Amino acid sequence: MTAIKTKIGRRAFIKNTSLVSGGLVLGFSWLNSCKPKVGLDMAAKELPKEWFKLNGYLKIGENGLVTILSPNPEAGQNVKTSMPMIIADELDVDWKDVMVEQAPLDTGAFTRQFIGGSQALRQGWTGLRMAGATARQMLKMAAAQVWKVPADEIKTSGGMLSHEGSGNSATYGDMASAAAKMEVPEEVQLKEKSDFNIIGTSQKNVDGMDIVTGKPLFGIDTHKEGMLIAMIVHPPAFGLQLKSIDDSEVRSMPGIRDVFTVKVFNDDYVKTFFDTRTYNEVAVIVGDSTWEVMQAKKALKIECEPIQSSTETRDRFGTTWEQHTPKGLENTEEHYAQMLSRAKKGGVVRRRDGNPEQAFSTSAKVIERTYTGPFLAHNCMEPMNFFAHVKDGKAELIGPLQKPEFTEQTLSARTGIPLENIDIKMTRLGGGYGRRSYAHWLVEAALISQRMEAPIKLIYTREDDMTDGVYRPTYHAKLRAALDADNNLIAYHVNAGGIPESPLYENRFPAGTVDHYLAEGWTIDSNITVGSFRAPSSNFMACAEQSFLDEVAEVAGKDPIDFRLELLDRAIKKPMKDVTNDYDPARYAGVLKLVKEKSEWGNQDANISRGVAAYFCHNSYAAQVLDMVMEDGKPKVQKVTCAVDCGLVVNPDAATNLAEGGIVDGIGNALFGELTFKEGMPTKKNFDTYRMIRMQEAPKEIEVHFVKSDIDPTGLGEPTFPPIFPALANAIYQATGKRLYQQPFLKNGGILF
Amino acid sequence: MPIITIMAKLNLKINGQVKEVDVDPSTPVLWVLRDHLNLVGTKYGCGIAQCGACTVHLDGTATRSCMLSVSMVGNSEITTIEGLSENGDHPVQKAWMDVDVPQCGYCQAGQIMTAAALLDKNPNPNDEEIEMAMNGNICRCGTYLRIKKAVKIASENS
Repeated sequence: MTAIKTKIGRRAFIKNTSLVSGGLVLGFSWLNSCKPKVGLDMAAKELPKEWFKLNGYLKIGENGLVTILSPNPEAGQNVKTSMPMIIADELDVDWKDVMVEQAPLDTGAFTRQFIGGSQALRQGWTGLRMAGATARQMLKMAAAQVWKVPADEIKTSGGMLSHEGSGNSATYGDMASAAAKMEVPEEVQLKEKSDFNIIGTSQKNVDGMDIVTGKPLFGIDTHKEGMLIAMIVHPPAFGLQLKSIDDSEVRSMPGIRDVFTVKVFNDDYVKTFFDTRTYNEVAVIVGDSTWEVMQAKKALKIECEPIQSSTETRDRFGTTWEQHTPKGLENTEEHYAQMLSRAKKGGVVRRRDGNPEQAFSTSAKVIERTYTGPFLAHNCMEPMNFFAHVKDGKAELIGPLQKPEFTEQTLSARTGIPLENIDIKMTRLGGGYGRRSYAHWLVEAALISQRMEAPIKLIYTREDDMTDGVYRPTYHAKLRAALDADNNLIAYHVNAGGIPESPLYENRFPAGTVDHYLAEGWTIDSNITVGSFRAPSSNFMACAEQSFLDEVAEVAGKDPIDFRLELLDRAIKKPMKDVTNDYDPARYAGVLKLVKEKSEWGNQDANISRGVAAYFCHNSYAAQVLDMVMEDGKPKVQKVTCAVDCGLVVNPDAATNLAEGGIVDGIGNALFGELTFKEGMPTKKNFDTYRMIRMQEAPKEIEVHFVKSDIDPTGLGEPTFPPIFPALANAIYQATGKRLYQQPFLKNGGILF
Repeated sequence: MPIITIMAKLNLKINGQVKEVDVDPSTPVLWVLRDHLNLVGTKYGCGIAQCGACTVHLDGTATRSCMLSVSMVGNSEITTIEGLSENGDHPVQKAWMDVDVPQCGYCQAGQIMTAAALLDKNPNPNDEEIEMAMNGNICRCGTYLRIKKAVKIASENS
């Protein structure tokens, strides 16, 4: 067993919160919020009369039922099931005796209560194990005291404590009261991974029953007595700001309570990393019901004026940077022209190995290709919304967001309400994909409630959600490869930029596999707001790089998988000196070999066209083989075979679901995803023009294979998304002879680019 | 031009009960359910009948409630996800849990209502028929394969 310290110096990771909150936590107040896990199989169980809280993560009832609080927001990646599974395994209870609750934001009890970057399980892993193991140790200590035997002779299994020598045994429920009074041990033993009996088994979504019966799980479902509905009206185009509003018609409309403007951030406020805000000042309409407010929204007249160019200081977790926002109304065609011309000037050199210029000039063959990608809107199915009730210097907030710790600080700074008076409850997220990291709508909701002196729910319409977004940037990459006379890759050059961010990861594959390497990046300022979108930057660079390598392999006369494996083999056997690469070449090669085997590469049906791609991001590796046919001029995906190395898999069926989702989402965005701008105005406002993938376009079959591993879990929410773009592009080339250089692949949803 | 709205008292048959609502008759059923009757299982996704999140049954037919004015309902029976079964044991709901379909879960009530209406009319749909019926329901998380699998299981079990 591995011993782990629960404290480092004065910093305690696990606290006995029952001591802080004054002893036992009585069951009564919890009953409403504790619901049986899967519904049906828990229905027969009686809820306990009392709950004994052992630490911030869990409490045990006198009848042995355990409630585990899931610390991080749930956006569909299944952390609300998987994180408690980790605690339950270390606690050594039966999963059927576990109930799960969403924890509120509590920076005292938990660390890193946010989701993003596919990091929830990776970063949470040790802490969650420690929480379960600490509680188990405290139960043993309690039993040891009662039985007067040494604690380390006590064994646990399935929620039972036993001592062989004395013949004593008890349930966790019997000892819960005494355990809650124990001091938190300074060091606890973690299980051997081979002893896990919940981790690694497929367990169903703890909210499954509530989802399929339509229970109010989402922020938009929040309803409180006296609650008003609020909506915003924002300028129609990036590059404009609100000048005035004419509410004369709107005020007298039925059900309308008030019309005013809200300034999200004050002028002197230094915005932090997640404080990105499209329109700082918006008009607000508050009324009795959603439909009435929607009607008023259509009738409200606003006058806008052009913004001026500005530079503001932003704070990125303690270090500052200058953000430039140019004036003007931007157009998509101009964006592509600007990027093409900017790329020709070269960029900031971010990595340079060997002598790339010389290698290119003396090589036998040079291949050069240029790739572009559009802005993308997140289009979470649940539009942005938040409930707020600000009263007597306190704020209660309920809704969906990804980074509550950071948003709470922003809200405190904006309203002056101290952190301890802000209570943020996290609902299930109807999709996140990065968009809900930028929770300006929470601040808006609080300001509206403060002004109305009433509880309010702010809802963005779909049109607001799509046109007032924090988008994936638009990108451009010029890639060059040099081959020697024997068709070996001897030099690689990536020149990648975007508006307003560069997608370049200079230390990613094929860096480290080729002696002469040059990576340069550049940016062009814009007033269009951007932020994280599922697998940021990777969601473009994977497509550029892996489509390009497919073409290079073809020129070199090599099989595309063998070509990649040769490069990786070099990085494994003859690693370059004095360079740092993001990835582990052996694990990268591992997923390629696995997908090669599972897809029976080289053995496909003659009617099927195949493409392959692989990518590393978010500490994990994914390789995919996509099989398709062309039907009516469009690709029809028959099957995707996917190999993933994300370390140890906590909940295999849920992980498979997530991997499948990344693939379907990726195919959809590759084929259709695109937000364009005309005079600063998004040209798509709803799903009639913004094409989302539908069932008919999804693959007929997806097979997901995980590399068997006992490495601590790494990311999974994002890694299967980027490589499917190029796997599809490479398959389309096999089917049509046409290489794709622009995303989306289907222009106007119909014809191949 | 001032906008005049006349409120109207309407009796709606919802989930086997008669509910009286006093609303602007142009209000879509979606918002009557969500704001006035606190039946929030029916979801707002797009407001223009493009995503299917708001699907309910109108006399057994899958209908997008976001563009259906409450005044048009008349005597028709509305069934929402809350009324599909008493205990979450409709064959489609059971199949959804068996397959563990949802990721974020937001679109799933609409998906389930569309699937239940399909199976009511066509108890043994083939792949193309399932795709055709479900194509109006968007799932941003990409659970389409599991949805299709669950529809087939529900078809076998009902």
